[in-house]
Amino acid sequence: MPKPENFESLTPDQKRQARLDAWINHEGIEFTDPGAENSYRERARLFADVFQLKKPARVPVAISTGFAPFHYAGYSCRDAMYDADKLGLAMKKFHADFMPDAAASSGLYVPGQVLELLDYKLYHWPGHGVPENTSYQCAEAEFMKAEEYGAYLADPSDYFIRTYLPRVMGALEPWKELPPFTNLLELPFIPWGMLPFGLPHIQETFKKLMKAGELSLQWAGRVAEIDRGVITGLGLPKYQGGFSKAPFDVIGDTMRGTRAMMLDTFRKKKEIVAACDRIVPFMARMPYGAYQWGGAPTAFFPLHKGADGFMSPKVFQELYWPSLKAVLLELIRDGMIPFLFVEGSYNQRLDLITDPDIPAGSTIWYFDKTDMKEVKKHLQGWACFSGNFPSSLLKTGTVAQVKEHCRQLLDDLAGDGGYYMVNGAVLDEMNPDNLHAYVETVKTHR
Amino acid sequence: MSQELIDLVVDMREEEAVKLAEKLLDEGVEPLSLLDDCRTALGIIGDRFAAGECFVPELILAGEMLRQIGAMVKPRLAAGGGEEQKKLGRIVFGTVEGDIHDIAKDIVVFMLDINGFDVMDLGVDVPAARFVEAVKEFKPQVVGLSGFLTLAYDPMKNTVQALVDAGLRDSVKVMIGGGQMDDQVAAYAKADAYGKDAMAAVNLSKGWVGAK
Repeated sequence: MPKPENFESLTPDQKRQARLDAWINHEGIEFTDPGAENSYRERARLFADVFQLKKPARVPVAISTGFAPFHYAGYSCRDAMYDADKLGLAMKKFHADFMPDAAASSGLYVPGQVLELLDYKLYHWPGHGVPENTSYQCAEAEFMKAEEYGAYLADPSDYFIRTYLPRVMGALEPWKELPPFTNLLELPFIPWGMLPFGLPHIQETFKKLMKAGELSLQWAGRVAEIDRGVITGLGLPKYQGGFSKAPFDVIGDTMRGTRAMMLDTFRKKKEIVAACDRIVPFMARMPYGAYQWGGAPTAFFPLHKGADGFMSPKVFQELYWPSLKAVLLELIRDGMIPFLFVEGSYNQRLDLITDPDIPAGSTIWYFDKTDMKEVKKHLQGWACFSGNFPSSLLKTGTVAQVKEHCRQLLDDLAGDGGYYMVNGAVLDEMNPDNLHAYVETVKTHR
Repeated sequence: MSQELIDLVVDMREEEAVKLAEKLLDEGVEPLSLLDDCRTALGIIGDRFAAGECFVPELILAGEMLRQIGAMVKPRLAAGGGEEQKKLGRIVFGTVEGDIHDIAKDIVVFMLDINGFDVMDLGVDVPAARFVEAVKEFKPQVVGLSGFLTLAYDPMKNTVQALVDAGLRDSVKVMIGGGQMDDQVAAYAKADAYGKDAMAAVNLSKGWVGAK
């Protein structure tokens, strides 16, 4: 099912349907095993049904994985980022043994060597700032200063190239000496504009980038091969397509850091609104980096700084939601399905996110710790919802507790469709018996 | 006491609060009374936080106002700096081994401090042995373990076990908190309680040391 030639003239609903059909029919992925192909279609259909608020043949179950596959296979978290062979073995074993209805992408595990080469400072990763058996963690700092909103707003790309990247990647520090690329105009000025690129320490930055590119390309090849193996070998569809972020989180997570951002909500309100608006087109474009026709037409948004407790509902409405909503609407118009992962809780946001401007059946909401009965009350018939199976129970509970909790959630939430099961927080550790019980209880529930 | 200063801090009017504090100091108001006003304001903010009427950013801005006013007051204090506030109890606090998250920990430590506890902050990625050492040295009534990740479950459990092995477990109450913590994890780690936020930590600690 190739992309229809008249795609651009279709309505948003028709575009979404065409994208979902291409995904279910695995456009671009070849199966050699007809059994796996059928399983793939059946499972993709289950998800497509719940995404579109229908009642599925059975409730699909997913596992949101962090580093759990590596602990389970007896490898370290570091192995996941430094040894593609072990990455492949662990992902294959994890999926084959637990058989959830969706494949987790191994694209989550990125090559540590590349991060080292770039001297990337926003995160610590296993063996590099945190112990080898711990997941990567954010090491926030004020990579953008409070007084730099204006510079960012004036030219985000220039700000990234000459200010942000030199701070967040040690390897690119010399870029702070580069003149703006907008100076490269008119014959007499071009060669003079090239001068910095002749300097050895600037040239060194490009050599490092080229090396980082080679390593990333090799790793990407391995990741694609691993994912293809899981998809075509086991018949598990990937349900995460592209990736993006809420504009407020781009500033809060990536550039300012939590503490500074929270102070900015008092001191720099206007600047935040302007910067978030400025980021909308970038974030609306971002999912197309990873999504390809035939892939899951979803755009995954991990939502962070707008959670309950992190701001008042009023500030959420003023500073967080408008620009995020603009990104969502842009994607929805193109038939993409925003897939929002609400980390922390949104108990005080449920009436705010169920915005009448967002059409029914056009988004997926995955919750970490929000009260799911309230979620159902607010979202039923408007958007697909999932989540909040406690990851703590999968690690510290008993099999009986896990089964009971699954049944409870299914009884409370699944009856009217538009729902699938997934654990709340990304899973790093678990008891395998509990995870088996979790998958089986959902699969056999009627 | 300046009710105006208290109101400005409570209403998050940072610039005006700091200006007023400066003006009051210039007028010769007793410097320590300004800090008392800030504490009164923070008490009100803490109550509002516990009631869900204000949020983490308010706690952070309040801390920031206190820091600025404190910096103005400090040079004006007579040598010796006035009488020390009587402390309710001692608490050892830290983010457990393998976890480097500090934002929530810093807020809890700040609120414990504001509410009259003497807190030894061990920082992040703190090994169990370091908690044991700190308990021996500081003799707290309460140990607070912070952690954001599911990977913090076992380090929490190991830390409590290390206190047991060192024969110190009965001398302290242990509370846990952070992103993926809950009562289930508290039971798993054999802690005494889980606290859902900074004020819960304050209330648990007050309960344990017998303060109101």
